[in-house]
Amino acid sequence: MTYFIDRRANAKNKSAVNRQRFLDRYRTHIKRSVEEAVNRRSITDMERGEKVSIPTRDISEPVFQHGPGGKRTIVSPGNKEFVEGDRLRRPSGGGGGGGAGEGGASNQGEGMDEFAFTLTREEFLDFVFDGLELPHLERKNLVDLDEVRPVRAGFSRDGVPSRINIVRSMREAHARRIAMRAPIRRALREARQALEEEESKDPVLRNPARIAELKAEIERLEQRLEAVPFIDTYDLRYNNLINQPQPSSKAVMFCVMDVSGSMTQAHKDIAKRFFLLLYLFLERSYEKVELVFVRHHTAAKEVDEEEFFYSRETGGTIVSSALSLVDEIVADRYPPSQWNLYVAQASDGDNWDDDSLTCRDLLVKSLMPRVQYFTYVEITPHAHQALWEEYETVADEFPDQFAMRQIVEAGDIYPVFRELFKRRAVQ
Amino acid sequence: MNRRTPIATGSDWNFEVLEAYEQELARLADEYRLDTYPNQIEIITTEQMMDAYASVGMPVGYHHWSYGKQFLAVEQAYRRGQMGLAYELVINSNPCIAYLMEENTLMMQVLVMAHACYGHNSFFKGNYLFRTWTDAGSIVDYLVFARKYVAECEERHGVTAVEQLLDACHALQNYGVDRYKRPSPISAEEEARRQKEREEYLQAQVNTLWRTIPGRHDGDSLPGSLAEEEDPLGLHSGERYPPEPQENLLYFIEKNAPLLAPWQREIVRIVRKLAQYFYPQRQTQVMNEGWASFWHYTLMNRLYDEGLVDEGLMLEFLQSHTAVVSQPGFDSPYYSGINPYALGFAIFSDIKRMCQEPTEEDREWFPDTAGSDWLDTIHFAMKNFKDESFIQQFLSPKVIRDLKLFTVVDDDQEELLEVAAIHDERGYRRVREMLATQYALAVREPNIQVYSADIRGDRSLTLHHIQDNRRPLARSVYPVMRHLHQLWGFPVKLESLHDDGSVARRYHWPLPDEEGDSR
Repeated sequence: MTYFIDRRANAKNKSAVNRQRFLDRYRTHIKRSVEEAVNRRSITDMERGEKVSIPTRDISEPVFQHGPGGKRTIVSPGNKEFVEGDRLRRPSGGGGGGGAGEGGASNQGEGMDEFAFTLTREEFLDFVFDGLELPHLERKNLVDLDEVRPVRAGFSRDGVPSRINIVRSMREAHARRIAMRAPIRRALREARQALEEEESKDPVLRNPARIAELKAEIERLEQRLEAVPFIDTYDLRYNNLINQPQPSSKAVMFCVMDVSGSMTQAHKDIAKRFFLLLYLFLERSYEKVELVFVRHHTAAKEVDEEEFFYSRETGGTIVSSALSLVDEIVADRYPPSQWNLYVAQASDGDNWDDDSLTCRDLLVKSLMPRVQYFTYVEITPHAHQALWEEYETVADEFPDQFAMRQIVEAGDIYPVFRELFKRRAVQ
Repeated sequence: MNRRTPIATGSDWNFEVLEAYEQELARLADEYRLDTYPNQIEIITTEQMMDAYASVGMPVGYHHWSYGKQFLAVEQAYRRGQMGLAYELVINSNPCIAYLMEENTLMMQVLVMAHACYGHNSFFKGNYLFRTWTDAGSIVDYLVFARKYVAECEERHGVTAVEQLLDACHALQNYGVDRYKRPSPISAEEEARRQKEREEYLQAQVNTLWRTIPGRHDGDSLPGSLAEEEDPLGLHSGERYPPEPQENLLYFIEKNAPLLAPWQREIVRIVRKLAQYFYPQRQTQVMNEGWASFWHYTLMNRLYDEGLVDEGLMLEFLQSHTAVVSQPGFDSPYYSGINPYALGFAIFSDIKRMCQEPTEEDREWFPDTAGSDWLDTIHFAMKNFKDESFIQQFLSPKVIRDLKLFTVVDDDQEELLEVAAIHDERGYRRVREMLATQYALAVREPNIQVYSADIRGDRSLTLHHIQDNRRPLARSVYPVMRHLHQLWGFPVKLESLHDDGSVARRYHWPLPDEEGDSR
């Protein structure tokens, strides 16, 4: 008796829970590996999983075992030249010939020092962004928001015909008809009664003038009754819509980078990684993230990604050119009421002498009130210059929205990123 | 021979073709008197195979991180191409569940059906160890019960508490086996019903054991319990407890650990039960794989002889079969111990050869086997042995010569290793004996038993390790004792004994200088 069952359509992630348990248990180990990986990885490379290694001794499941020593007899196959009584040197390392034939059993390979496995992309990113939060997302007050969504809110007396609520309108009409017809009906009833009385009298006593009068009255009342409209504009009710402000689910990220002669390719790589982390991070929090690349030397220009990272240009540095371009772009295309604005700027700190003050003004007056968060990373091993100092005053003024850090080498990126976006205690 | 046309050609398969082959296999298996449980053949994907792997072949299992680790390891090895996924996985249950991977070629599917559905399946049903210690009919039910129970405990007591307990139990699961008592099969509902009763009863018993007030107790006898269970092993007589050393550590803990809560005892029991279920498999690897390989080889050849498969499929099969039963030499880079498929297949094939074409040597070594009916003889061999005794009984000089087996003695008191025996007239018996010993569970795993529980004093537990040829315990002894200490709740001691009974080494947990922060 044999049955064939096609299980291929069944869920394949039977081990998902166990896998998660394992990841949770070795969180700290994995996190360390992930951090190393982020620093080591090439830039285009964030979109895949990661191989993680954990020292085997940390995850071993101990059982009672024989240790080395004592007297053991090992049977092995494949004898070529040995004869009984031969004496051999101990092979260096390993217990010589291996123990009992374990074959397909699930022994975990004693000799391996590292237990290696691969995280999926999602798991990897979860670890990368674990404990980080988007700054000030919640601060964005609903009142400020222009982005609205119409929602139903009761009924109103005016509106467009397409929104007429028929049931409500008919009910109103019905009520009005009852109200308007009641006095007429009463008068009619009285008139008819009077007429009946009059007509039931003895013919001699009848008053023909009165009868004619009553008949006329009845006819007039009947006409009035007829004239009460079945439905009136007054009865109409419309489904009411009001506009409710919505938190925006769109974000735009401005990548601003100095491409002057002083920025080497290594600097740009570092900057790129920083931008990339930020982008991945935003992408996890918003439905839609747009990227705007602004590069500048003495003049700023909006470019595409390719050009942003790889084309070469030289020249002096005027940082304010980039900031004012960002300002313009925001005004043109990204109204702050609809977009969450993030700016990430990378530079080596060089700037035209008196330009730094202009930058400060631009930030304080125009940009900072509008952006969610502004990060500035300075990629330089050298001492800070005027730009850093000016930015420090901005940071003092907007401590929650403005963050700046120095990066010396690629290894600093991730720690700096974590520090910039680490979850703050609820204030 | 009336050669028919092949049922199918090429490497694609579909359900009709599989069913047709299955029927032919069933017919042939019947000819060879292979008695099997009904087969339940499940077609699964690669991912599902990895899932099945990770849960050590249990179709349902409770959740534990170690299975996640197993899964990640399998996945990694598979992705890197280090390991082809086994093309078969078969579960000792009734009906016998066998998995076929959808990626397999037609040849592979037929091979797996022959190997798993008729080879392993008949072994599960026929071998005495499986018949005695596992109950194929109730295992799936029990697994379902276990999973539910563990999940319930996780809800009630927290995932971490359950996980720690399971860690501790897993460390001792090889010592959770009853070698002499046969467990009785029961269904899931029965298990759930009994579980409640057991919970109360067990706790009552433990309380009795640890009661500090001396004196007789006959007033509180539980209904239905036997008098000797009340006072399990004469604990009021003032003698050592337990009076006899206990080999089943988990059982001893389940029944006697003073501080475990009822649900904890039940989980210890679950792990113990599952260890018991896998116990025969650990002892019959060579036989089981050898038997299955022997039958897939025989059945595939029959299919070919009858023309039901074509030459292409047969060549593909032979290539695959050869890979499975190959035994690289000890000095080969591919060597990783003796391949149970190779050894088992060689012995079963050799038994058949001895029956059909006995030589003088066979008549001398195996007077009973040589020239007997081969089918009767291999059925007898399959039914009544485990690896250790099977090798002792049936490993012939010819197989020893073919595999060129030799034994090396590694004595840490000698500077050099010594080749003790090779495949020659003088060595056959010794090689055979040593190989059989190598498969004895008692030699593969250290012999550790509960020696005494100090029920009147500090409640410490003492274990004895009886050394085998002066072989000491590996360093893993400390983490294992830590786990044991968690379960027992009081200090745990382990004495490693020489053959003559003198103590070679003592282990304590908690470590003496840390005693302060133990509970």
